[in-house]
Amino acid sequence: MTTKSRRKLVAVIKFVLLGSFLVLVMFPFVWMLLTSLKSSQGEIYAFPVKYLPNPVSFVNYVEMLWKGSFARYMLNSLICSSVAACCSVFIAILASYVISRFRFRFKGALLLFFLITQMIPMFIMLAPLYQMLAKAKMLNNLWGLAFLYTNMMIPFSVVTLCGFFDNVPKSLEEAAWIDGCGYLSALFRVAVPVIKPGIAASIIFAFINSWNELFMAVMFIDVDKYKTIPVGLNGLILKYDIKWGEMAAGTIMSLIPTMCLFAFAQKYMIEGLTAGAVKG
Amino acid sequence: MKQKSKLRMRRTRFIFFMVLPAVVIPMIFTYYPMIKGSMMAFQSYNLMNVKNIKWIGLENFQKLFAHSASNSFYTTMLNTVKWVGLSLLFQFGVGFGIALLLKKKFRGASVYQALIFFPWAVSGFIIGIMWRWMFNGTSGVINDILMKIHLISQPVGWLADKGTALYSCIAANIWYGIPYFTIMITAALRGVSEDLYEAADVDGASPLQKFTNITVPCIRSVLLLTVLLRVIWIFNFPDLIYSMTQGGPAGSSNIVTSYMMQLVQSLDYGLASAVGVLCILFLVTFVIVYMSITKYAQEEA
Repeated sequence: MTTKSRRKLVAVIKFVLLGSFLVLVMFPFVWMLLTSLKSSQGEIYAFPVKYLPNPVSFVNYVEMLWKGSFARYMLNSLICSSVAACCSVFIAILASYVISRFRFRFKGALLLFFLITQMIPMFIMLAPLYQMLAKAKMLNNLWGLAFLYTNMMIPFSVVTLCGFFDNVPKSLEEAAWIDGCGYLSALFRVAVPVIKPGIAASIIFAFINSWNELFMAVMFIDVDKYKTIPVGLNGLILKYDIKWGEMAAGTIMSLIPTMCLFAFAQKYMIEGLTAGAVKG
Repeated sequence: MKQKSKLRMRRTRFIFFMVLPAVVIPMIFTYYPMIKGSMMAFQSYNLMNVKNIKWIGLENFQKLFAHSASNSFYTTMLNTVKWVGLSLLFQFGVGFGIALLLKKKFRGASVYQALIFFPWAVSGFIIGIMWRWMFNGTSGVINDILMKIHLISQPVGWLADKGTALYSCIAANIWYGIPYFTIMITAALRGVSEDLYEAADVDGASPLQKFTNITVPCIRSVLLLTVLLRVIWIFNFPDLIYSMTQGGPAGSSNIVTSYMMQLVQSLDYGLASAVGVLCILFLVTFVIVYMSITKYAQEEA
């Protein structure tokens, strides 16, 4: 075999492997979408499976949005996650800037303090948190949940933003200090604009994580009015008789914001996540 | 002199107030509940019986390790080992393989990467729902495909059978975790200097030699760190099992953290916290042992 044809063969094999992996990754999402577009129970539960919906119908979406309270759940999730994302990143900007820029005692301890929070199984905190919220009359309260998500996302945001601040040359702010700029205005006028992409990625990351959170929401929210999407879907999946058409529609709707944000920010998120890997 | 100390004061005060919120909030809402939760492990803390909350020493732990037919904690621990071990092995293996294919950039590579990375952004709970539907025993698409390629002759109740429930969850978890490894390892591979490979080519090294002598040593620290983070993460990740099987049938697919979640939901906080304390002890031990075996810490320093 000549080198040229061998190279061609390798390329074909590579193409086939990567292609089939892509199919494998995408299939569950496609399958959920197909299920959600089928109208009759007979079609959804047919075996051997009927793959394509015929006719395409949005009845499951209509059921979820109008008869169920799914629109409400989406709004609640949106409020909760946006508040948590913005608050946690704002608090993290303050802390990470100082950690990245100044040398001070306890800096190592501080980083360890954040890292440990990421390792603890959160379930051990659920019972005491429940009592704390009950005492503060914050059970079944969206703001309470948003606050807990803020708390959940602070450590990760601090560590990520530290990485972004580290990449900004210090000379920029030193020039600002000399010009009589205070520390705080140097941060917001000089450093923050430079790492805008990093901040956007952190906000989106915090948003997606809060959007996805299940167990705290299940523990602390049980009134329909305040349920978030995962709590709502959890109620549906615990039923003995799961309506898979509606379930699929709910799943697809819960994925839409994730998909949009991910498409917009994946480049920065991958960069942020792998920054350490490249430096090695 | 006075001017200087005033500046120092200002600087210290600035640092203090900037860090303050990021420290105080986790102190109150992560560390305090964690410590209080750990203490509950030594109390009989059952919300069904609030009048009887008292210190009971190690009784909760004894209950967990008691040898009796109804005690499923031993199965749960064994399941956890399988869950972490098998998931990690295949996530790492396949993730590494795909990363090697992605190393050389091609047209559309970044779009491809974004597409296969997408599951990472979806919650484990949602992923579990999707796989629960695919593994459905009577009208699941997995049964249909396996029957069409003649691997099975009749539908299998994957999640309803004690023998297959855990492995079905592990299969879904493998699928879920591959993208993370792919992305991390691809980035690391692309960071390896091309000069090294060229030098090896001059010396006439085979592809395998290049792989073991250049690629692996160069990305070793990334691999070690990724694996460590992933073990902790998979260990603490009951979401998928929670939505696929709720640990069933009859507790056969429970891992330690999903078991703990069930105890919390049945309001037996004392017992749940005992499990939590064991988890923390295990993870701390694991991290220390892992670091000393791989000498990861020294290498970084």
